[in-house]
Amino acid sequence: MATTPFCLRLLNLQRRPRKRANFEFGHSAMTSSLAKVGFGVFKPKDSRAPRTGALLAPAVGLLLIWMIVPLTMTLWFSFQRYNLQNPLISGFAGFNNYKFLLLYKTLWISIGNTLVLVGSVLSLTIVFGVLFAVVFDEAFFGRNIARLLVIAPFFVMPTVSALIWKNLLMHPVNGLFAWITRSLGLGVVDWFAQAPMISIIIIVAWQWIPFASLILMTAMQSLDREQMEAAYLDGARGLSMFWFITLPHLFRPISVVVMIETIFLLAVFAEILVTTSGGPGNATTTLTYLIYLKALLQWDVGGASAAGVIAIILANVVAAFLIRTVARNLAD
Amino acid sequence: MAQLSLRNVAKSFGTVNIIKDLNLEIADRELCVFVGPSGCGKSTLLRMIAGLEEITSGDLMIDGERVNDVPPDVRGLAMVFQSYALYPHMTVRDNMAFALRLAGVSRQERYARIDKVADLLQLRPYLDRRPKALSGGQRQRVAIGRAIVREPKVFLFDEPLSNLDAALRVQTRIELARLHERLNATMIYVTHDQVEAMTLADKIVVLRDGHIEQVGSPLELYHHPCNRFVAGFIGSPKMNFCSVKVKAPSSSGVSIDLPGGASMVAPVAATRLKEGEPLILGVRPEHMKVIGPAGDGPITFSGEVMVVERLGGQTFLYVQATPEDLFIIAVDGDSLVKVHDRVALGFAPKECHLFDHGGTALEQLARHPLAA
Ligand SMILES: Nc1ncnc2c1ncn2[C@@H]1O[C@H](COP(=O)(O)OP(=O)(O)OP(=O)(O)O)[C@@H](O)[C@H]1O
Ligand SMILES: [Mg+2]
Repeated sequence: MATTPFCLRLLNLQRRPRKRANFEFGHSAMTSSLAKVGFGVFKPKDSRAPRTGALLAPAVGLLLIWMIVPLTMTLWFSFQRYNLQNPLISGFAGFNNYKFLLLYKTLWISIGNTLVLVGSVLSLTIVFGVLFAVVFDEAFFGRNIARLLVIAPFFVMPTVSALIWKNLLMHPVNGLFAWITRSLGLGVVDWFAQAPMISIIIIVAWQWIPFASLILMTAMQSLDREQMEAAYLDGARGLSMFWFITLPHLFRPISVVVMIETIFLLAVFAEILVTTSGGPGNATTTLTYLIYLKALLQWDVGGASAAGVIAIILANVVAAFLIRTVARNLAD
Repeated sequence: MAQLSLRNVAKSFGTVNIIKDLNLEIADRELCVFVGPSGCGKSTLLRMIAGLEEITSGDLMIDGERVNDVPPDVRGLAMVFQSYALYPHMTVRDNMAFALRLAGVSRQERYARIDKVADLLQLRPYLDRRPKALSGGQRQRVAIGRAIVREPKVFLFDEPLSNLDAALRVQTRIELARLHERLNATMIYVTHDQVEAMTLADKIVVLRDGHIEQVGSPLELYHHPCNRFVAGFIGSPKMNFCSVKVKAPSSSGVSIDLPGGASMVAPVAATRLKEGEPLILGVRPEHMKVIGPAGDGPITFSGEVMVVERLGGQTFLYVQATPEDLFIIAVDGDSLVKVHDRVALGFAPKECHLFDHGGTALEQLARHPLAA
């Protein structure tokens, strides 16, 4: 729910990435694209640009319904008193759902958690993605196998990978990490109790590093070899080559990785449910998880919808921020 | 400024020998051009000099110092690539400043040097643009400028003009010639283009299959090619060849039988030749003349004109002199010869080249005055 409008923004961006004017939100962007496809009244009559509105209408209409219906329903519910446990409580709630939420400390904590999670995972995936892309660009024995292994975690379902990390790796009694530290006489870390957020970040990063690596490895192959040779002749080596030639070349694919990952990271859920269930306390409750708590544990549909609307706003704020910085890179 | 020598240099990729035991001296301030058919190893040789390819064996000396194991940026070379290889995310100024910046030259000095080079190449208005916003010719100048700011001992060019259109290529060629004169630098230049090679070079190196066929000044190669390959490679259109037989060798030349039945005396060193030995005669299209309709004059060949190509200033005739030999003759653009005319062809004996059956040229008795 939270990501739907964001996806639409992205679609919009991909269609005409060079136009900065398109990145305003909500209806203005929508109407301006509608005007472009022929619904507008501003269009001069021109036999060489016939009106295609009628032909596009089914597709545009479907997409509009696709977006509008859930959005409207969410908005509607967010102003209702609506709890599945007690059908007698009903009727218009005004801003009470919002008021209650905004005064509720957990909301702010969960927003903070969401930002921490998304930010850390993004940084980790970019750093490791770039590292792998650069390392795997060099020829060495067994490179293809190594590449395959780096990509592999991406194909593991989130639930499964969370279970593996929880029970086989990070478990304080049975886990591999505990066994290693215990063998070294260092004592045991109970990951999900002592560092819950870090644990989740590690798991999610492990799943998303392959994606960044894949995109960046592919990008490395389009780096002009003559350009690298020219830089080599100019005296660039190792770090300076990386800093002045490789990294600028990877800037654009990195932007793409950041955008796509953000969409999915804002919606991370299975990993939290399987490992910490948002705890201990609310240490790993993200906005997505909070909505789940409200809707399916407290059966408070009104409150959950209000949280959903807040999530949409958050997603749009993040999107606005990202698109403004990223789009500038892409257009360059 | 620098003097370069290659001693028994060889290069192999795995088991394939690309450059074979090559010896070459390039003098200070010389512009040396590598030519040869595609795949003969010109680029490889240039990249070995630049330090981009390892030298498998032999010595590369710059100013008498062995530099095989010296890293490229310390060798004091600058290379201009065919694709320009400009850094797309840097402005023209930063492109040119890059090497200096890595070498730790102060910002002030960097900019002063760039300004000087920008004036030389008329790049001033473009200094703050990215390469994407430049035309092909401007990018080429930036690539050359990037090489010049480093003040290298040797400039290396790998087919630098091949991406430019014909007019711009001529203009840039002339600029390069002037630049060479002004910079007084040693330059090595790889090209496919005959005209570039002939006009720019102090010395041309003709390569084939990784070894040197001949080294010499452009006119030396043109007038005194040492074998049939060089004779065919230098000059456009290609030299005409036909098989002939030795009639009588003498000290003032050799008398030979031509395929059409005529005979002539060629002024070449002929002491080792035996009567009846097969040779190959080579005459350049521009040295053959149409001396009239078939039947009169000091005819060497006669035949039917099969094709006439009129270029305006010049006309190329394709004449079937014998069933095996189709000769190209370059005549004046105003020539009235038509297709299917029968013509008689002649050429001055001093313009002919003779090769033994191995392809080695027989030495001419008189050197051409311009190729002494
Ligand atoms: N890395 C490599 N591994 C194996 N063979 C190579 C490699 N680089 C070049 N060669 C071979 O070396 C030979 C010479 O290549 P080179 O690029 O020097 O030719 P060239 O004379 O520059 O040709 P062109 O005029 O087409 O540019 C070619 O046959 C090529 O296939
Ligand atoms: Mg080449």
